[in-house]
Amino acid sequence: MTSSILVRWLGRVPYREAIALQESLVDAVRRGEASDHLLLLEHPEVITLGRGADPLHVLLSAEEGARRGIEIHETGRGGDVTYHGPGQLVGYPIVSLRGERRDARRYLREIEEALILAVADHGIRADRIPGLTGIWSGEQKLAAIGVRISTGWITSHGFALNVSTDLSGFRFIVPCGIRDRGVTSMERILGRGVAILDAAARVATRLAERLSLRAVPSPAAEERLFSMAVEACP
Amino acid sequence: MRVDVIMPQMGESIAEGTITRWMKKVGDTVQRDEPLFEISTDKVDAEIPSPSAGTLLEIRNREGETVPVSQVVGVIETDASAAASGPATPESPKPAAAPKAPAAAPARPTQEPERAPAAPASSAAPTPPGRSSEQGAPFLSPVVRRIAEEQGVDPTRVPGTGAGGRVTKKDILDFIAREGAAAPPAAAGIASTPSTPTFAAGERVKRVPMSPMRKKIAEHMVESRRTSAHVHSVFEVDMSRVSKLREKYRGAYEERHGVKLTFLPFFIKSACEALRAWPVLNSSVEGEESVYRRELNIGIAVALDWGLIVPVVKHADELSVAGLARKVNDLADRARTKKLNPDEVAGGTFTITNPGVFGGLFGLPIIHQPQVAILGVGGIQRRPVVIDDAIAIRPMVYLSMSYDHRVVDGAIADQFLAQVKRSLESFDESLL
Repeated sequence: MTSSILVRWLGRVPYREAIALQESLVDAVRRGEASDHLLLLEHPEVITLGRGADPLHVLLSAEEGARRGIEIHETGRGGDVTYHGPGQLVGYPIVSLRGERRDARRYLREIEEALILAVADHGIRADRIPGLTGIWSGEQKLAAIGVRISTGWITSHGFALNVSTDLSGFRFIVPCGIRDRGVTSMERILGRGVAILDAAARVATRLAERLSLRAVPSPAAEERLFSMAVEACP
Repeated sequence: MRVDVIMPQMGESIAEGTITRWMKKVGDTVQRDEPLFEISTDKVDAEIPSPSAGTLLEIRNREGETVPVSQVVGVIETDASAAASGPATPESPKPAAAPKAPAAAPARPTQEPERAPAAPASSAAPTPPGRSSEQGAPFLSPVVRRIAEEQGVDPTRVPGTGAGGRVTKKDILDFIAREGAAAPPAAAGIASTPSTPTFAAGERVKRVPMSPMRKKIAEHMVESRRTSAHVHSVFEVDMSRVSKLREKYRGAYEERHGVKLTFLPFFIKSACEALRAWPVLNSSVEGEESVYRRELNIGIAVALDWGLIVPVVKHADELSVAGLARKVNDLADRARTKKLNPDEVAGGTFTITNPGVFGGLFGLPIIHQPQVAILGVGGIQRRPVVIDDAIAIRPMVYLSMSYDHRVVDGAIADQFLAQVKRSLESFDESLL
């Protein structure tokens, strides 16, 4: 029997809260008290610096940040600087990697593959660029990836897929330290709106497939909305 | 005893890692499996647990240094008295960050598979380019080691093309393809395995006892198949009206009733009406008698990460849509937090389940005994449909029902479903 990954849609969650939730889940998964989880959410505008981050890649002035209410956080994931904001689907898989899957690079590739398949489900062709993590539409970055692996091969952090993100927020950073390539969103590529819950449902399905896990929607009542594949109506 | 701390193999194609943080200083005591240092490879940051309990005697590579896999980066003295006599190297790194390791890392001395894979402690230096089989066991990734063991191949015979001459998975697979395996291949082969169990080297099967809940589910399902003559009908329903009503009342529900208005209460409400019209679907079979139930107690299948449970909405027909929404939310919440009372999962007379969550069109569920029918609600999807000779896009859902042919014939089941469909497609706004 395949083990399950509990998929939760959390709505808009402040960065700090999402970190705390991930930390407690990582502990619970390690102790075997929780199944694998996939947290899907949006963040209010925030800039985060991975362990490998160059502070010079944050272009936001302190005054502008304060004026716009954008926080800056240092965080324990891999990777450089990134920007999160409404319309961006953020996914944090808290997964206990086992057996052959205990391979950091393989795990990154699985996330990339899941995202490529999920956006393909929406009719978007995206690719990898060798040597760069994330997924790309042409020369433009569609999703960023940064992962942490804790004791016992428990994953946290994850990916940020621009669904309908206001891309102007990215002007405050040099995304992942890459200056010569832009960012894009599913909405911009398709020229029409994409509901973040639709994108979330596809990503959940695809990621579970790639990780050979059985996706189980959260039974929490407020999330059933998502679990019934909603927002189908105009 | 001195134990080497080595740069672990974080993946087959990963040859080195950069130390980003030491959580311990030289002289600090450390528990086995307590986070000792952090490394960075690619876009992955990893926390590396200590290989054993003791005192950190030596740090050979500081923060910021990039080190090949399996190189010794530090040394731990497991014997307390020896450690007290002083560190081997007085050099200690700048304590850049205060150790933020969790105060009491769970000590779990016996659970080998949970630890990050450690390379053999004997290989003190990275394997030099070229072959190195003469100097003891070459470094092998766990995958390669497993394949070698399963296939009975001596890994030192395999030419390595990986970083530092290491044998990669591809190398060993190519080698086996070329030379053949010494032993017959394992039955399951070496294709990527589903993730659940961790197999020890050489282990071909793993027996895991079922949880009590799993056993219950298994018993119930098989018993139901044995008891009832399952038949299935599938209907398609246009959810436009329900979607619009839900959209219209959603805000008000949240404000007035403090509850999110989901689709489920609509399905329950419509099913209740139809159950009143076709009471045999709300019955059960005892011996050679049909037992009809006056109460409509609707079970709602709730998936949990540890199984499945069916809490029951008692007297569902007496509740308003808001009442149903609140009740369902409450039951699902308490199911998840294991706070249901035993009587809240008993006494159901009909069940609704939700097989369409991940894009499935419909499912054919197994009847929850001693009931005689179970309704499956598929995923709601926008699909092209023909309306008055025109093609329109409508939110559609498949309703599937499994029923017991001992007492319910297809004609009855289909009329029941037709009524549920009618009731959803022309949902009575006054019920909201």
